[in-house]
Amino acid sequence: MMARPARALLVGLAVVGAGIVVAALRVNQYVYFAGYVVLQYVVIATAWNILGGYAGYVNFGTPAFFALGAYTAVFLIQSTRAPLPVLILAGGLVSALLGLGIGYLTLRLRGVFFSIATLALSIVLQTMIINWEYVGGSRGLSVIRPSGPPFGSYVTFLFTVMVLLSVVAVTVARFIERSWIGRGLAALRDNEEAAECMGVPTLRLKLFATTVSGFLLGVAGAPFPYYVTFVEPNSAFNLDYAVNALAMPMIGGTTSWVGPVIGAVLLGTAQQLATVTISSEMNLFIVGVVLVAFVVLAPEGILGLVRRLRGR
Amino acid sequence: MAGTLLEVDGLTKRFGGFTALHRVSLSVRAGERFGLIGPNGSGKTTLINCVSGALAADGGRILFEGRDITTLAAHRRTRLGIVRSFQIPKPFTSMTVRENLGIPLEYAAHARSQAGDADAEAAEILRTIGLEAKAHLRPAELTQIEMRKLELARAMAARPTLLISDEAMAGLSSVEVDDILALLFRLNERGITIVMIEHIMRAVMRFSERVVVLDAGERIAEGTPAEIVRNPAVEKAYLGE
Repeated sequence: MMARPARALLVGLAVVGAGIVVAALRVNQYVYFAGYVVLQYVVIATAWNILGGYAGYVNFGTPAFFALGAYTAVFLIQSTRAPLPVLILAGGLVSALLGLGIGYLTLRLRGVFFSIATLALSIVLQTMIINWEYVGGSRGLSVIRPSGPPFGSYVTFLFTVMVLLSVVAVTVARFIERSWIGRGLAALRDNEEAAECMGVPTLRLKLFATTVSGFLLGVAGAPFPYYVTFVEPNSAFNLDYAVNALAMPMIGGTTSWVGPVIGAVLLGTAQQLATVTISSEMNLFIVGVVLVAFVVLAPEGILGLVRRLRGR
Repeated sequence: MAGTLLEVDGLTKRFGGFTALHRVSLSVRAGERFGLIGPNGSGKTTLINCVSGALAADGGRILFEGRDITTLAAHRRTRLGIVRSFQIPKPFTSMTVRENLGIPLEYAAHARSQAGDADAEAAEILRTIGLEAKAHLRPAELTQIEMRKLELARAMAARPTLLISDEAMAGLSSVEVDDILALLFRLNERGITIVMIEHIMRAVMRFSERVVVLDAGERIAEGTPAEIVRNPAVEKAYLGE
């Protein structure tokens, strides 16, 4: 039993190592550019699933958390030119606070009403950013990347950072899933009242889930300004994030940490390919079609399909 | 007040302008089999919800083992030993029967006294309840009575001192009612105090040592089953004038 956390750590390190090797290969820059987006979705889908999959609270406000991470970074770049690790940590913490806030919403709002509230939250936050000139307001703001990344070009560097963040996010999700926290979240997802009556501190667990989920979504957004170099509200608060964050775990399977990873890699890659080969407008179309197909034919996602095939 | 396990003192609960409970007092002795009856809408379930912590009382106090628990969160009350089962079974649907027991074992029983062997304990409870053969099934695959048994098994896993059974027998056949009754008798013999809320008079009267009757949110009678049956106020509440 002692070997298991060690093995997970090794696998994590191996993935980061592989990421560095890939970054060192210096293939076509576009590969890193697209790879970054796919990895960013691994973080987003994994973070979303901690609340949506494990606890059963469907968050439509992903753009709010992602953009809050990004705009925290913009603010810190503008004011102090803080280094990237600080941006990531700060972006995560600010979004975690927002997560804690929506955690208290779960006291009164459940099911679809919670989802509507999170969607509204995203719109409110976007309106506030639009009216905040310091971080670019509605016109947006150009961000200058720091000169001289630690290695490679800045895009390959960011790619490697995102590999690391993905490993962190997945490790956190896996830990939660397999611990007493995950079992308590599953109980409250199945029946909140019964869970509370069986000794599960439902409020505390929900606050934990919304906070951790918010933190990781903010973390995913923090490097965004350096990635795009031009941040404006419409791209940071893009509805794509809300749809993808929900679709990817649904397609992969929400009950295990592997599900969001599978969903993000498959759907993210398909979207990147479609953007180059067909048109950038095809993105959401693909998600829509695939999502409808899965909801109808395989409601438990790819993981559920695999389980069903193995079972019979 | 030696031997009093649960004391409800002047409990009042309102929903808007409607008073569901009006200064209800009762006390349950340790080890007792206690029946709570009353016509539909008399406030039985509201009372249970207030005792278990699902609802906050608007007035009065609730004492458990001499401690004031009126404002304690529901999960904290469970950990103290007040465990309820639900009228309509509320199993954890994504888990197997065995995993359903794992939640209270982990969160209530072992939160209180140091961890024992959860597997052995779950197996023992399933054996007592008669669900051992179903341990690896999902709740959706159970029959109605098995579902009721799971509800009781899960409550057992929280290691209750006081078990509140909310209409555990509604809708069951008379053979099945006897089955559940026998189970509750066995649990009581092990020292668990049981409060039974039930519409099936035959069951409550046979089971309870003492019965309290609620009507329209007020306590109208208390006594042994034999006394209750002869009580004119109770007859009026159930049958009208």
